[in-house]
Amino acid sequence: MIIKVLGPGCANCVALERVTREAVNALGLSASIEKVEDYPTIAGYGVMSTPALVVDEVVVISGRVPTPTQLRDLLAPLAS
Amino acid sequence: MSIAELLPTSKRGQGLALVGLGAAWVTAYWVNGWAWDRLLYDGLRMERAARVSETIHFFLYDTTKIALLLVGIIFVVTVLRSYMSVERTRALLGGKREGLGNVMAAGLGVITPFCSCSAVPAFIGFVAAGVPIGVTLSFLIASPLVNEIAIGMLFSLFGWQIAALYVVAGLSVAVVAGWVLGRLGVQRWVEPFVFETKLGGQIIDSTAGLTFDQRLQMGAEEAVTILRKIWPYLLVGVGLGAVIHGWAPTDFFTTYAGPGNVFGVLVAVGIGVPLYSNAAGIMPLVQALHEKGLPMGTLLAFMMSVVALSLPEMILLRRVLKPQLLAAFVGVVATGIVAVGYLFNLVLA
Repeated sequence: MIIKVLGPGCANCVALERVTREAVNALGLSASIEKVEDYPTIAGYGVMSTPALVVDEVVVISGRVPTPTQLRDLLAPLAS
Repeated sequence: MSIAELLPTSKRGQGLALVGLGAAWVTAYWVNGWAWDRLLYDGLRMERAARVSETIHFFLYDTTKIALLLVGIIFVVTVLRSYMSVERTRALLGGKREGLGNVMAAGLGVITPFCSCSAVPAFIGFVAAGVPIGVTLSFLIASPLVNEIAIGMLFSLFGWQIAALYVVAGLSVAVVAGWVLGRLGVQRWVEPFVFETKLGGQIIDSTAGLTFDQRLQMGAEEAVTILRKIWPYLLVGVGLGAVIHGWAPTDFFTTYAGPGNVFGVLVAVGIGVPLYSNAAGIMPLVQALHEKGLPMGTLLAFMMSVVALSLPEMILLRRVLKPQLLAAFVGVVATGIVAVGYLFNLVLA
């Protein structure tokens, strides 16, 4: 599973990366987490509000930092 | 530890927490002045009429008041705005022509939840969806210029007329500035990669499908996040306000920027543009200067220039706008703000 955190490096982007790492560890997923910071690529995903989360090339969250619980609920079914 | 984990999970618990916090807010706002009176004058036996104790009282009272207002306003506004999103705004603006498009974009700029850190992807997304550059700029100007915190604060501190004037003035600047920039044929001053970016993927609406509980939670989190981020600005703003309130001679500011000085608004905007703060930090200063006899038009122009044109946002926008357009952007918006200042000084005189 490839998870990408989209965002130019603002405070919320850092927060999203942190909760994502926590959720991945908590769920015991084998996933690589990448940061995407350049604007053309971010916009290429159709994302207009950062931060955003892309799981296996599908945008699952945009414009907000989810709570750890929300994120675990979101990632758990995608793991299989 | 995030706010979400501190909140009760049952429906009933959440309702009780909401009512309890609401009541606590109202009580705190109500007893604010009285409590500091008791503490400073009765508890610490400070002299009531002395300048130092008055300045300290002003500082404590105003910090509490503005922090309370801020939390209340951010919470309500975030919950209300969670029903809008940049994605929906773009859908509404797609295919609109200049003119009506500028008016709509400015209005949507006020009600759409938008962080200036998203200015670049939003700009690319709007342009790729066929929204004209001038219309996109109207949105990007209105969003910080007509600041929801400033509206709430002006309403609480100066009444609804001033708040309404501020909204109308800010919208007019955004509409006119966006339209003028569009007329200048600014396409050639946009970085070419913007036009080459193809939108892939599917559009995720950032706030669609949330439950009301989640929206309340977003409001609470936003209030805490913003307060945590801006408290230094708030303290500096109230501190300056307190010093001006207690120590500045009455005619000090009126000589330089008072009703009699034709250049007052220009001076205010000239100081305001490079200054970077936010609406909450600037408001105590505006209040103290108003007390000292500065006209409202000058003060609104000052406030707008501080919140609308900030260096960090300019640096971000430089990624998509060439220097010529960035300069035109600052020039047109500053001119609009100056015009608004003079107009208000005339109208309110």
